[in-house]
Amino acid sequence: MENWACEYEMVAGLETHAELSTATKIFCGCSTAFGGAPNTHCCPVCMGMPGSLPKLNQKVVEFAVLAGLATHCRINLYSRMDRKNYCYPDLPKAYQITQFEHPICENGWIRLQNGRKIRIRRIHIEEDAGKLLHEGESIRIDYNRCGVPLIEIVTEPDIRSPEEAREYVEELQKILRYLGVSDGRMQEGSLRCDVNLSVRRQGETDFGERTEIKNMNSLSNMVKAMEYETRRQISLLEKDTPILRETLRYNVEKGKTESMRGKEGADDYRYFPEPDLPPVILTEKDIASIRQALPELPEEKYQRYTEKYHIPPSDTRLLIKYRSVAEYFEKAAHGLQNVKTAANWILGPIFARIPTEAEKERFAPAVSPIQLRELLQLLESGKIPLQPAKQILEKMLDTGESCGRFITKEQLSPLSEDVLREACQDAIRQLPQAAEDYKNGKTKALKALLGMVMRSTKGRAPAKDAEKYLMQYLE
Amino acid sequence: MYMMDLPLYGTKNASAGLPSHKKDRILPLQRLLLQKECSCRELAKAYLSAAEKSPLNAYVLLTAEKALETADRVDQRIAKGETLASLEGIPMALKDNLSTEGIPTTCCSKMLKEYIPVYDATAWKLLKEQNALLLGKANMDEFAMGSTCETSCFGSTLNPYGKDRVPGGSSGGSAAAVASGLAAYSLGTDTGGSIRQPASFCGLVGIKPTYGAVSRYGLIAHASSFDQIGPMAASAMDAAIVLDSIAKPDPMDPTCTGAPSSAVKALGTSLKGIRIGILREGFQGSRQEIRDAVLKTAKVLERMGAHTEECSVPLLTEGLQIYYVLACAEASSNLGRYDGIRYGYTPAPKEEEGWRERILRARSEGFGREVKRRILLGTFVLSAGYYDAFYRKAQALRRSLTQQLKSALESFDCLLLPTTSTAAFPLGMLGSDAVENFEADFCTVAANCAGLPALSFPCGITLEGLPIGAQLIGKAFGEPLLLNLAWQYEEASSPVPMPPVFAEKTAGGVSLGKLGL
Repeated sequence: MENWACEYEMVAGLETHAELSTATKIFCGCSTAFGGAPNTHCCPVCMGMPGSLPKLNQKVVEFAVLAGLATHCRINLYSRMDRKNYCYPDLPKAYQITQFEHPICENGWIRLQNGRKIRIRRIHIEEDAGKLLHEGESIRIDYNRCGVPLIEIVTEPDIRSPEEAREYVEELQKILRYLGVSDGRMQEGSLRCDVNLSVRRQGETDFGERTEIKNMNSLSNMVKAMEYETRRQISLLEKDTPILRETLRYNVEKGKTESMRGKEGADDYRYFPEPDLPPVILTEKDIASIRQALPELPEEKYQRYTEKYHIPPSDTRLLIKYRSVAEYFEKAAHGLQNVKTAANWILGPIFARIPTEAEKERFAPAVSPIQLRELLQLLESGKIPLQPAKQILEKMLDTGESCGRFITKEQLSPLSEDVLREACQDAIRQLPQAAEDYKNGKTKALKALLGMVMRSTKGRAPAKDAEKYLMQYLE
Repeated sequence: MYMMDLPLYGTKNASAGLPSHKKDRILPLQRLLLQKECSCRELAKAYLSAAEKSPLNAYVLLTAEKALETADRVDQRIAKGETLASLEGIPMALKDNLSTEGIPTTCCSKMLKEYIPVYDATAWKLLKEQNALLLGKANMDEFAMGSTCETSCFGSTLNPYGKDRVPGGSSGGSAAAVASGLAAYSLGTDTGGSIRQPASFCGLVGIKPTYGAVSRYGLIAHASSFDQIGPMAASAMDAAIVLDSIAKPDPMDPTCTGAPSSAVKALGTSLKGIRIGILREGFQGSRQEIRDAVLKTAKVLERMGAHTEECSVPLLTEGLQIYYVLACAEASSNLGRYDGIRYGYTPAPKEEEGWRERILRARSEGFGREVKRRILLGTFVLSAGYYDAFYRKAQALRRSLTQQLKSALESFDCLLLPTTSTAAFPLGMLGSDAVENFEADFCTVAANCAGLPALSFPCGITLEGLPIGAQLIGKAFGEPLLLNLAWQYEEASSPVPMPPVFAEKTAGGVSLGKLGL
């Protein structure tokens, strides 16, 4: 980092819009599917045709409450929709229905790895707008996205570095995906971030003037934009030039933030309560029943995997990044004595075949978790030694078939006792030093002897038996 | 006149045993169809041709072809001896802010002159399902903003009682059509009095239902938290039959969740024990003859067994201020969508014009003066820095006014006051004076503010021969009582005379004289 880093502190808060993965839109029955031909998922309601009225999709309320519960928010029993009035061609009613004065969730937090809590000020429900398609001179409008439900998650200005921002968003994505309320894909626009950012001298308690960088569409761009904007603001402060409160966009090609024009001069959205919709009233009972639907969240899984299964933190993070991977792991490891093996095999050979994040998110390897467990059980019981088991896994991954087909008689049938005993005696003969060491109390030396037995039997020796015979002969 | 010799399908049980009133139209027309004295096609043709010839400008569009198709369907059903629904084959009009699939719905604004909805308003759908005979779309003030029908882009409607008079507004066309015999009944909409005031000016029964009793789906919004659709009819019975057909909960309108019990069934029940509060503040500024007529009405209802007593709702006098702040605020937002992009008025293209300039021009050219005035006013009261002083304050006052009305309605079953402080005024009199325009709604806005049902019924005639309306405000979902009171009043009094331009013998060779019109 540059030398200013120690003199100045960056302060940021994030506003994140997440598209909810409900089947239908927030105020009508139209499909929310992404990628339909323009204006095919539309009706009088989402097109804002004269006289049409919204009705609130209850699934949206449920999803917002799930997001609130998972981020430790207070769920408000009374919340209300408001109208945010502004004129733009992608907004057919000339107002967006959102929540202004009374959001559905407030006062939550997400914890980062460094232990810091990023406080969540509020989560509210709103509708998405359409999309402008620029075609040469003309603008065309696709209203398919109009009325797709969103939640906006607003943090307090608790973020202190671009990396913290990245981690916060990743953590949020993970939570939303675990809940199944949003796929959280930045590239497809189902997760979008606005960053409010200011800088101040270290130790100062007041906030500096802030700018807002709109519509970050990838984490790496967000980090770059924040780094650039931080430098820009510091250099202004160094020159005693005041920072203007303005809305910026990040120009990826230039790697710079630049002022956005085109929005209505002063942002006066003339909010007022949406008269077409009754308030959103929840009871404690409603909340309790939504709470029942909460899955085990990444944070809780992390605790369990590291503390109970003793899986190293870095491996745990990989396992819990996607709910589907974690679920696969838990199924595969079910009933095993050493679940770490399951983790290693998933993160090793199986992940090797699933290189992209998108595939990992879907996580559907050729081998089912039950098939994997079958193999791991054979390994654990000593029926198949390690090396052949690994080879068998590769074959299973090639074909998707269960292990039974690939276990040759030779691999499965254990060595006869005679052959094994002979192999153990051979090993002692070939490694006299190790045998001597063991006799002198260096129990670790047994490992070398065992290794020799394995090599001479091509891994077919059941480890427990070999150990037993070796110890017999060494006594 | 008693006509109980024929079974009355659809409304048979509800109206059995009740005497027919002189102005009833729906049941006599249905009788005429069932007795095969005329076919529904003949009926439709008679009404359509009378409407075509009428000088009143009550209709902005006649849907003759569709009307005849419907009529034929009804005739076939009659021929097969099928049971008719209560409004089946009865000629009617819809205010032009009610969406009709495939039929232009313009709000009488240049902005929507070319607009054809792709769906039906729920209230209309309920009638259409009964084979109601839609004759056409009725004139109105532009976007329902006005009290005279003069802000319509199709020009004003004339009052059947005097062609130099306004029919009232904004549902002026709906009122004039029924009053002049060009429709048996109509649907209007009421945001601050837009059903009751024209009903009063045209000698009709008009009811603004409880907010949430009739679905607003497909009603092109003026002010969403005030708007309601309601019937305009010649008699209490007719209004009750129509209300019973349209007051139903609708999943398409989340604010439409309740419904009153059957109004038709309530007609003719005794008024013993009914307590009517005579709302003192409601008489403020009323002409003497209006005041007298309404007080005389109270006496009649007393004779029928009701108890009357003066009562007070002090905040009623603030109703106009509350209403105009909030209604304009909502309207400014509701009308934001008219940008000429997807539908509606598209200005001739200009070179070098960005989308913002084009929207600006569409709105400048497409909206009339009154609409622009209210959009500006509404935008202002919602603006940062003014919100608390205007919108929030008006919201708080609205709650207090509602509270006062509701507490008055704890002591009384309903409240009586004039519908308007004057009878129909001359065309052009209000001109463009905003405040005077607004004041025309003095007696009616309170019921909209509180979401309570309110009914206007004819209770007399001025020296000039113009109808006077009395207004009843009821408890939430108390429509049946209000209609019964209007029915009882008809029972006990002589009806307000028909207007001179009444389409007496609605042409086409059908002697509607038989109907006792």
